[in-house]
Amino acid sequence: MVQRLLGLRWKGSRLQAMDGFQKLLTLLMIVMSVFMLLPIVYIFNHAFKPYHELFVYPPAFFVREPSFQNMNELLSVTSRSTVPMIRYLFNSVFISGLAVVFVTGVSALCAFPISKHKFPGAKLAFSTILLTLMFAPEVIQIPRYLVVSNLGIMNSYFGHLLPMLAMPIGVFLLKQFIDQIPDALLEAARIDGANEFFVFIRIVIPVCMPAIATVAILAFQNSWGNVETSSLFMLDDEMKSFAFFLSTLTNNLAGNVAMQGAAAVASLIMFVPNLIVFIILQGKVIATMAHSGIK
Amino acid sequence: MSGKGTGASVAVVPQSTAASPELETAPNLTSAGITREAGVIASPSPSEQAPHADAAQTKEIAALEAAQRRRSRGKLARLLSEIWSFRLSYLFVAPFMLCFAAFIVVPVGAAIVLSFTYFNAIGRPRFIGWQNFQYLISQDLLFLKYALPNTFKFAIIVGPGGYIAAFLLAWLISQLPGKLRKWFALAMYTPSLTIGIAMSIVWLPMLTGDRIGYLNSVLLRLGLIDVPKLWVTDPSYLMNSMIVVTLWSSMGVGFLAMLAGILNVNRDYYEAAKIDGMKSRLQEIWYITIPSMKPQMLFGAVMAIVTTFKTGAIGVELSGVNPTPGYAGHLIINHIDDFGFIRFEMGYAAAISVFLLLLMYASNKLSWSLFGSKGDE
Repeated sequence: MVQRLLGLRWKGSRLQAMDGFQKLLTLLMIVMSVFMLLPIVYIFNHAFKPYHELFVYPPAFFVREPSFQNMNELLSVTSRSTVPMIRYLFNSVFISGLAVVFVTGVSALCAFPISKHKFPGAKLAFSTILLTLMFAPEVIQIPRYLVVSNLGIMNSYFGHLLPMLAMPIGVFLLKQFIDQIPDALLEAARIDGANEFFVFIRIVIPVCMPAIATVAILAFQNSWGNVETSSLFMLDDEMKSFAFFLSTLTNNLAGNVAMQGAAAVASLIMFVPNLIVFIILQGKVIATMAHSGIK
Repeated sequence: MSGKGTGASVAVVPQSTAASPELETAPNLTSAGITREAGVIASPSPSEQAPHADAAQTKEIAALEAAQRRRSRGKLARLLSEIWSFRLSYLFVAPFMLCFAAFIVVPVGAAIVLSFTYFNAIGRPRFIGWQNFQYLISQDLLFLKYALPNTFKFAIIVGPGGYIAAFLLAWLISQLPGKLRKWFALAMYTPSLTIGIAMSIVWLPMLTGDRIGYLNSVLLRLGLIDVPKLWVTDPSYLMNSMIVVTLWSSMGVGFLAMLAGILNVNRDYYEAAKIDGMKSRLQEIWYITIPSMKPQMLFGAVMAIVTTFKTGAIGVELSGVNPTPGYAGHLIINHIDDFGFIRFEMGYAAAISVFLLLLMYASNKLSWSLFGSKGDE
């Protein structure tokens, strides 16, 4: 615990325990990490740069006088339009929250019988899911639009949520994990008188928590960054998501730099929740990996 | 499925003794196995065949109904009763399957149907046979000259390239001590969180075409270039910018799955191999790590394919114009958008998407066979 608090000292003592290969590797990975994180650090700085710093030459990497000027600009853009920014944000938060809960729930419910029940049609269902696994929904936008408009869920939250529920990758991933649960474990519970719902909630879900966390990450990313449902299925501006708002903000950004600061702030708003969700769930993934003992 | 056909594990409920002979002749219903009230299990090895244990009474009702239907039992009836006995499974599966059917299966089917029609989104689709496909592969110059080669170049570098990079990074990270792993994994994974529209915003200040662009400024100062390069608007650089940005963000969930897979490999295998005379780490990777993490490798491959085709619109986002300058970043997916949402030739757009679906299917089949064969070794 003390070592954990004194992170640096702890790291130092650990460094001495590593062999030469690992030391070299750590160095290499640090360089890699810097490269990977550079644009992100940059955008963080960019978001807080006042105008006169945004366009100086030579461009500075770090912000010198942090300001909320860009934040104000972003807010003023939305105050001129009819829909306040907060409404877009609310839509995104609301849809993403629902999507995470329902995608994980629905996918797990589907993966469990496919893996363990062997009902007639299970093989067919799974091979269909496998087949569609690699179909990015972007490819079939037009028929999807026709389906959504025929179902009468245009311009409603169902129009956001329902298309996202069909996430084959979630079922695939969960099924792969549930396959590794020994049948004997489930059978033991059944002998003790547990019904299938109980088995599902008390055994299957806890054991495949890593997969659930991964599916939750995927579902969140999917819905949080989703522009498709907003631009195609939503008619009114107040039903659209923040990601969509951001995409309208950045049209033609390459040609004109006027909105760069505001765009940087907006992309931070897009990015930070993703990061937070991941950090929370990453801990869960690692913890469960260590304790669940799937193999 | 050990209990299939044995019929041994009948749950004998006292009240249903009359029904039990029928139960034995209806093998799919005999496997109730567990009843809460009775708790009497005839066989020490309970069947796994109908694993859901309902309350005893619903089972009984089902059994009686099956017995009644027994007389008219044909193949169909037996199938129906089997389906009925798995009704809980279907209930579990239903929510996903309904959405899946509505938003994936039906649209794919509709795309295939539409691809044989002329459809402008206003009138009724008119059947025109193979004309769309004939035009696509013989006369559509934009497609043949730009979209197709661009897609191949983009997909071949970003797909397998990103995949191999993800595996290598995952392996390198797995060689580090535990606590460091977490942070490096996070650093590698973070870029993929910017997927979608945020990705282009993150990179635009870097790649802006004037001297204020960060990359230009650094290169100018180092004396590597004389004039600022138009990284995202010059046709000759756009594709490379797209590839770099996509690769940068490609350490996604597939990468995490592979990392978890590598970490899950049984340590004993390495010990045993060392005793058997395995020397290099490369041998370890090839003969132990990859074969024992096949599911994760496959998952990573699928994710690589999906993200490759999904991030196809990056060119439009980076350059800010659609179509991209000189069609340099024109991918098949942009071509679909072009015809579907700008020219409203929905039938033709559907034909292009069917083509793209076939392409994705082929690449997926390839990765499937790749890891299938390795597993058999």
